[in-house]
Amino acid sequence: MPEILASVLDGLLIGLVYGLAAIGLTLIFGVMDVVNLAHGAVIALGMFAVYLLFGAGLHPYLGLFVVALIGLAFGVVVYLVAVRPIINAPPLMTLLSTFSVSMIIIGVGTAVWSTSPYNVNFPVTTLRILGYTVTSARLVAALAAVLVTGFLYYFLYRTTLGKAVRAVANNREAAELMGIPSQQILAISFGIGTALAMLSGALIATLFPFTILSGGIYELKSFVASVLGGLGNPTGALFGGVILGLIEGSVAPFIKISWTNVIEFVIFVLILLFFPTGLFGGRR
Amino acid sequence: MKLFARPFFWLIVAVTLLYALLPTLGQNVTLRETLVLSAIYIILAANLNLMIGYTGYVNFGSIVFFGLGGYLTLWLVGGHHWGLYPAVLLAGAVTSLLAFLLGIGVLRLRGAYFALATIGINEAVKDFVANFDPWGGAEGIFLPFTAFKAMGGPGKALWTVYLLIVLVMGLSLLVAYLVKRSKFGLGLFAIREDEDAAMVLGVKAPLFKTLVYSLSAFLPAVAGGLYFFKNGSIIPDEAFNLHLSIEAIVMVMLGGQGTVTGAAVGAALYERLRGLLLTIPGLSNFHLVIAGVLLLLIILFAPGGLMGWLYRAWPRLRRVLE
Amino acid sequence: MSRVILEVDHLTKAFGGLLAVNDVSFQMYEGEILGLIGPNGAGKTTLFNLVNGVYKPTRGHVRFLSQEITGLPPYEVVKRGLARTHQIVRPLNEMTVLENVVVGACFGAENLGLEPAARVAEEVLAFVGLAEYRDTLAGKLNLALKKRLEVARALAARPKLLLLDEVLAGLNPAEVERMLGVIRRIREQGISILMIEHIMQAIMSLSDRVVVLNFGQKLAEGKPEEVASDPRVIEAYLGDPEMAKKILEEEA
Repeated sequence: MPEILASVLDGLLIGLVYGLAAIGLTLIFGVMDVVNLAHGAVIALGMFAVYLLFGAGLHPYLGLFVVALIGLAFGVVVYLVAVRPIINAPPLMTLLSTFSVSMIIIGVGTAVWSTSPYNVNFPVTTLRILGYTVTSARLVAALAAVLVTGFLYYFLYRTTLGKAVRAVANNREAAELMGIPSQQILAISFGIGTALAMLSGALIATLFPFTILSGGIYELKSFVASVLGGLGNPTGALFGGVILGLIEGSVAPFIKISWTNVIEFVIFVLILLFFPTGLFGGRR
Repeated sequence: MKLFARPFFWLIVAVTLLYALLPTLGQNVTLRETLVLSAIYIILAANLNLMIGYTGYVNFGSIVFFGLGGYLTLWLVGGHHWGLYPAVLLAGAVTSLLAFLLGIGVLRLRGAYFALATIGINEAVKDFVANFDPWGGAEGIFLPFTAFKAMGGPGKALWTVYLLIVLVMGLSLLVAYLVKRSKFGLGLFAIREDEDAAMVLGVKAPLFKTLVYSLSAFLPAVAGGLYFFKNGSIIPDEAFNLHLSIEAIVMVMLGGQGTVTGAAVGAALYERLRGLLLTIPGLSNFHLVIAGVLLLLIILFAPGGLMGWLYRAWPRLRRVLE
Repeated sequence: MSRVILEVDHLTKAFGGLLAVNDVSFQMYEGEILGLIGPNGAGKTTLFNLVNGVYKPTRGHVRFLSQEITGLPPYEVVKRGLARTHQIVRPLNEMTVLENVVVGACFGAENLGLEPAARVAEEVLAFVGLAEYRDTLAGKLNLALKKRLEVARALAARPKLLLLDEVLAGLNPAEVERMLGVIRRIREQGISILMIEHIMQAIMSLSDRVVVLNFGQKLAEGKPEEVASDPRVIEAYLGDPEMAKKILEEEA
């Protein structure tokens, strides 16, 4: 029994990181109805960003701040180049354009780093909490995910810029009539979504080894989590991530780890079919 | 419609014969291996076009049909000593039936939701197969050498299978053409433009979508069976390679979605381009980058693809090229 | 009196807590033009959507030529001979005008093949005056032509009953006249028409009878002149002063 609980606790902690990644995806969808298929590649970029910064002598946790800024800038550039020109075209177009961005990132990444695994090798301690053993890295990653989410909510609900983002998400035309420069808001939102994805990648890099292709699996987990929570609903995405982590944690002691993906995708397709607005209600 | 009176029908026949004869005449194995990939790409693009170009549903996971066809075929041939012909036909039929059943569910989703679900399906099937011991799990299935014996040894079998793949290519183009010129196709195009309006006009959209999804599974599954039989082995990562699925979308977009010629030309061009990039030293690592840039440029500047551009330059082409 | 073609029986549609259509009943006879009027948000278009199967009713029934069609999907309804147009035009943009109408003919009541459908479509295009635009992409038409295309597509289905949802809205006076001519000629072919319209003059002169909806409920039903003098109807329109004025003017 204690092993199961330990595994569930591990799942809960990693689930918060999945949730952070999912928020990045769901925020972009919620604001501009774009499913960002470059999400996984951006997560991988976050992994390599923290790796490079670590190589340059920056502690991974300090590196997070730099990664967030890089993510914001990179997201704005991607938006301006690949999304803005076709923001009003049919959804197929933005799916394909963000996917082409993914191909470019992965292509360049493969050329530079090949597809062999890397890791961020920094001292990690184990802690005992209420009788369970947890690594400090996992605990910090989960805490960081919660803090970033809290910061995001503060931004969305307490700052003028954040309120403008919500207004544009709610009704772009009405927001424009109110004098909100919607194009800037969309660019910033895409930047924030990208920054969150890179942050989650950076956090994952402090836990596991990674390759340039590692983003793919977390992209799919982000889809599952945000669909569970209702596409476009950030709180839902966080809970979706936690549910995903809990599922992984609670089945891990009983079945081969590779089966968890099958379970997750089956849940994903079933949720899409029967609860297309998610378990917590989303935007359609 | 009198098929034999249509120039486009003869164009399809001519292209198919060209693919069949070019390598066969000189027994040129290198050319055959190039053209087999080209033919496979054309098969994938032409069938994917039925969904993307005709119906307006973006299937990101169309490769799942190709992979399932491959697995079913190798399982029947390798594990149960079936002949290749009944095996690929059964594989095609079973895959098509699975697509039909799956389609009843997932085709209720629209736009991004449908696209996401198709990715989920491909990944779920890949991970399932990778854990499915009767199909060899992550190691996949290897065909014993004896499997080629019934076809006169490996050398002869490879030529036969090549011609069969070319035949499937011709059939794919023919099906794409016939669907486009049919009442069924008209209903699909109406769904692409506005599904709700199409239903009000009497198009049975749920049935039509499910049928075309199922149809778009059949020939790729047969092709998958032939292709992996030719390779002699199959593993989950190659069979359900999501990248190839997306590359097929690039091909359709490159040539021009919704046109038979566009899908075929886009596929053949993409294969040439890819081959070129892989052989140029220093660029081989960048073929994904270049494909990505190409896709982005098409989307931003030429959403109608090559055919859209040609039609604009010479409107009369519309009457000849479908 | 002729046969009942459409029977709307205690029809109700709730969206969440809002009763968009609330217990509405009326009958329509073959060959009739029935006007459906009411202030904005009265539930007229929702009623159309219930009749042709776009929405499933919460309660109540729709019968067409004595057959139950409640809850049938729209593509089944049109096959039985009940076609409609949309208030907000929905052309199949990337298809030509002719192809748009061929879709209507192919999948309509007669379930035609492509070639006979093309003949019907040409005929209908000539009938509504769109023949010269047959090869134009539907998305490129102006609003007046798009409205005519809506009518053409519905007619190509060879309906017995046609639901027209504000086909006059947004048209200039000359275009209104032209459309009125088309509607009259449709009636001469023996097709029954149920129409939603805001242009009072038109509906009063075309309709044999009028049903008035207000807040989802049937407020009144009768001959145009009876309805126009009904104090409850005038009061309902008083929230909409311009409309009230129009009705009062026609009274005078």
